[in-house]
Amino acid sequence: MIALDPSFLAVQALSGLSSASSLFITACGLTIVFGVTRIVNFAHGSLYMIGAYTAATLIPRLLEFSFGPTAFWAGILASALIVGVIGVIIEVVLLRRIYGAPELFQLLATFGVVLVVQDLVVQVFGPEDILGPRAPGLRAPVDILGRRFPSYELALIAAGPIVLGLVWLLLRRTRFGVLVRAATQDRDMVASLGVNQALLFTGTLFLGAFLAGLGGALQIPRVSANTGMDLAIIAEAFVVTVVGGMGSVPGAFLAALIIGQLQAFGILIFPKSTLVVVFLLMAVVLAIRPYGLFGRAEVIGGTHAVGIASRKPQPGRPFILLFTVAALAGFPLIADAYLLKVATEILIFALFAFSLQLLIGVGGLVSFGHAAFFGLGAYGAALAVKWFGTSMETALPLGLALAALGAGLIGAFVVRLSGIYLAMMTLAAAQILYAVAFQWVDVTGGDNGIVGVWPSRWASGPVPYYLLTAALTLVAVLLLKRIIDAPFGYALRAARDSEARAEAIGLAIRRHRWLAFIAAGAAAGLAGGLYAFSRGSVDPSLLGISTSVDALTMLLLGGIQTVIGPLVGAGALHALRDWIMPLTPLWRLFLGLSIIAMVLLFPRGLVGTVRDRWEARA
Amino acid sequence: MAKASTIRWLALGAAFAFASPTVQAQQPPIKLGELNSYAQWAAFTVPYRNGWQMALDEINAKGGVLGRKLEIVSRDDGATTGSATRVADELVNREGVSLLFGSFLSNVGVAMADFANQKKVVYVAAEPLTDAITMAQGNRYTFRIRPNNFMQVGMLVDQAKASGAKRWAIVAPNYEYGQSAAGVFKRLIQERVPGAQIVAEQYPALGKIEAGATVSALEQAKPDGIFNVLFGPDLTQFVREGNTRGLFEGATVLSLLTGEPEWLLPLKDEVPTGWTVTGYPWDEIKEPKHKAFVDAYRAKYNETPRLGSLLGYMVVNMIRDSIERAGSTDTEALIKALEDAKFDTVVGPVTMRGIDNQSSMGAWVGKLVLKGATGGMTDWTYKDGASFMPSEAEVKAVRKD
Repeated sequence: MIALDPSFLAVQALSGLSSASSLFITACGLTIVFGVTRIVNFAHGSLYMIGAYTAATLIPRLLEFSFGPTAFWAGILASALIVGVIGVIIEVVLLRRIYGAPELFQLLATFGVVLVVQDLVVQVFGPEDILGPRAPGLRAPVDILGRRFPSYELALIAAGPIVLGLVWLLLRRTRFGVLVRAATQDRDMVASLGVNQALLFTGTLFLGAFLAGLGGALQIPRVSANTGMDLAIIAEAFVVTVVGGMGSVPGAFLAALIIGQLQAFGILIFPKSTLVVVFLLMAVVLAIRPYGLFGRAEVIGGTHAVGIASRKPQPGRPFILLFTVAALAGFPLIADAYLLKVATEILIFALFAFSLQLLIGVGGLVSFGHAAFFGLGAYGAALAVKWFGTSMETALPLGLALAALGAGLIGAFVVRLSGIYLAMMTLAAAQILYAVAFQWVDVTGGDNGIVGVWPSRWASGPVPYYLLTAALTLVAVLLLKRIIDAPFGYALRAARDSEARAEAIGLAIRRHRWLAFIAAGAAAGLAGGLYAFSRGSVDPSLLGISTSVDALTMLLLGGIQTVIGPLVGAGALHALRDWIMPLTPLWRLFLGLSIIAMVLLFPRGLVGTVRDRWEARA
Repeated sequence: MAKASTIRWLALGAAFAFASPTVQAQQPPIKLGELNSYAQWAAFTVPYRNGWQMALDEINAKGGVLGRKLEIVSRDDGATTGSATRVADELVNREGVSLLFGSFLSNVGVAMADFANQKKVVYVAAEPLTDAITMAQGNRYTFRIRPNNFMQVGMLVDQAKASGAKRWAIVAPNYEYGQSAAGVFKRLIQERVPGAQIVAEQYPALGKIEAGATVSALEQAKPDGIFNVLFGPDLTQFVREGNTRGLFEGATVLSLLTGEPEWLLPLKDEVPTGWTVTGYPWDEIKEPKHKAFVDAYRAKYNETPRLGSLLGYMVVNMIRDSIERAGSTDTEALIKALEDAKFDTVVGPVTMRGIDNQSSMGAWVGKLVLKGATGGMTDWTYKDGASFMPSEAEVKAVRKD
């Protein structure tokens, strides 16, 4: 099948180079913003999408006015500038207010922006995909070894190094660049030297958004502006920044080159598994070089160590427990079938978020891929039902076991890393599992998923299944709570707050963290199995980024510093979604605004903020 | 500042919450549940919503059905199987709808069919095209309006016979719809065109095509025929790249759905002329009923109709007829009223075949041509679905019910 025809190889390599160039321009903005502000900006893909829509709308008008390359390229620049200004607005209105909050909160806020932009783009630009004009002067193909190749792609190949050069000049030869580099190395030191941080951050956001907009605008001669662009690019941009080393511009360039070629030649070798190669690359690079190609070990600052603190046990705990059990058990008496369904789901998500709390709040291990374990639990249960015809009673423990096994395996790789690299490694693991579930059609059913995963007779029906879920969730949460308060939990906290000191007193940090992964994975797997049986089906989206983000959102909304935070957060988010979605077709807009509002009003999470106020008064 | 603005937003949210529609009729309305991918596939689904909204308004202006008004409770299905069945659950259990219709992606359609079977509620699959919904995964609760992959591919392959193309390349999105269409094509081209062979296959992930690499990989196999299943953003990228690199020159191209305005209009003047496609030449269909529909649609929305508009309009009218014939909204009565029922629709008479619950709605087959600044269809004919359906023996062999 693969003939080694040199002209074919050349054209394929050039295609790879032009993809690499586009990817680099976008990812470069992401890496600069991260370097300075330490914000993992989910909204970067949205800015890219706005850039494409703006250019596809603006440039045809300019070309009517005066047709020629000048109008085209001026339009590209103008679109990028507009997006830059939008970036500034986001910084001033939103991000500036929450720099003091835990870093993950800023991530949550940018995710709110993603949701808002998704709906706004359809409102502003209309539902149809917009195909932009071709670049004047670059319409005709060029001949390369007897094959035709689009000349615009050649322009794109040149654009990457040009942007790299300009960014390099900006960072090396201007005062702004010096400050950006200084802040990338040590943000607190720059602040103590009296640099106006607000201005620096605004400028950085402008630069980052400008580059995202430029990346999007440059796409319009080859891609129609469409509403799926944001999430399609953000995952790849993350991979590029992580493989290159967070904050490193040359690293991003090299990583983009590698990924471009991998995609161009990957489709020849694995035409059906294009999704997996990119994330496999990320996993391999991080396994060999824990800080990416050109990244440096992170200086752990004071703001990293947020999580639950030790506090005295409150009096009357047995009564609280008794009351909770009574409330959970009595709920079916007052609720109808649908409300029970919602309550069941809230309980499942509460367990899911709580298992993440063990990693993030207690262990300081920020996982972006917690969906991996939820999905493994769900798929483990569903596969057991489909292939071995087991009953629910056997399938649930099998799902849990598969999730624990997966967590053990993934954890073994992950615990060698720290900070954002650790988070990205978990994301890569989840994405690889997602790709396997999506593309291994014979076993997993691909995107059709597995249907017919229904509970045993005694547990079917809303009331029995609700009671089963409530009982299992309660037991699992109490067990996790016991682990958190045990010496094991304290050891995790010690490692979270000061790795060096924890190591000095003889704690085996990696082993503790590895065990924490297994415990959290098993709990998430139980939640996943329960979820599969509550819905009767599984599909790859259970392993997707949005499921991981759900868990993070619930945890952060509730409050990362408290034990019951994730439980409250799961209830709040799920109830909110259930309430808003039926009301308006613009539910993404409202959900996004609600998340942003909660981030601004409750910067320590719902439970954390309420408790702080209460303690301040006492 | 921050607090004031957030409070304002919250107030707006609250205003939406309490602004519930007032109900005047003594008889409660008949509730229909609708779900579709309004955010992810807006190009198709927003015109589709306009279509069903127009049908709904017309029906209610005439007094509704069975003396009751119709009400459609519409939701976004999130374009994933899990999210769709979750939304369907909400529609059935909380809203108490009498039946479900909608969905866009084929994999979502398959999951909805399973849901309908499990919960014993009628589901009318409007758009999903995979054969599975009426064949292997079919069940007595699931009905489909549009011609499925087997029918549409059959229409295209008939057109391919004359071209003499033998070396075929396939490009299809890698999910249920693309896999199903590619499978049917492989079978039919080898059955109906002697000596035909498949020389290249590319399956980019839906919405994630690397167009340059895909085009040159196809080019490498030197096909004289290309079968395309891509649509939406993937299609525009593929066409532009293929045009530039001359992939389509001298090749016979068969393409599913590309003649539908929702996918054709974004291509603007880069329409790949000469492709044989299924589509919707709405401006050239002269039947008075159809013209009346187009005029009403344009007057109401100040916009030209897409295929989605037609489909949404047809589906709700067919559901109305079925409810009237059933005399109630009871599921068993509805199934009886739908099976082997004849409908008089905008596109002419349509029969819902009882053996597989597949309607005989046809498709327009023609060639793409550039008309002014955008594309259109020429040499088209309306192929009635009845003569392209899978044979009854074939249906019986794969269906489990």
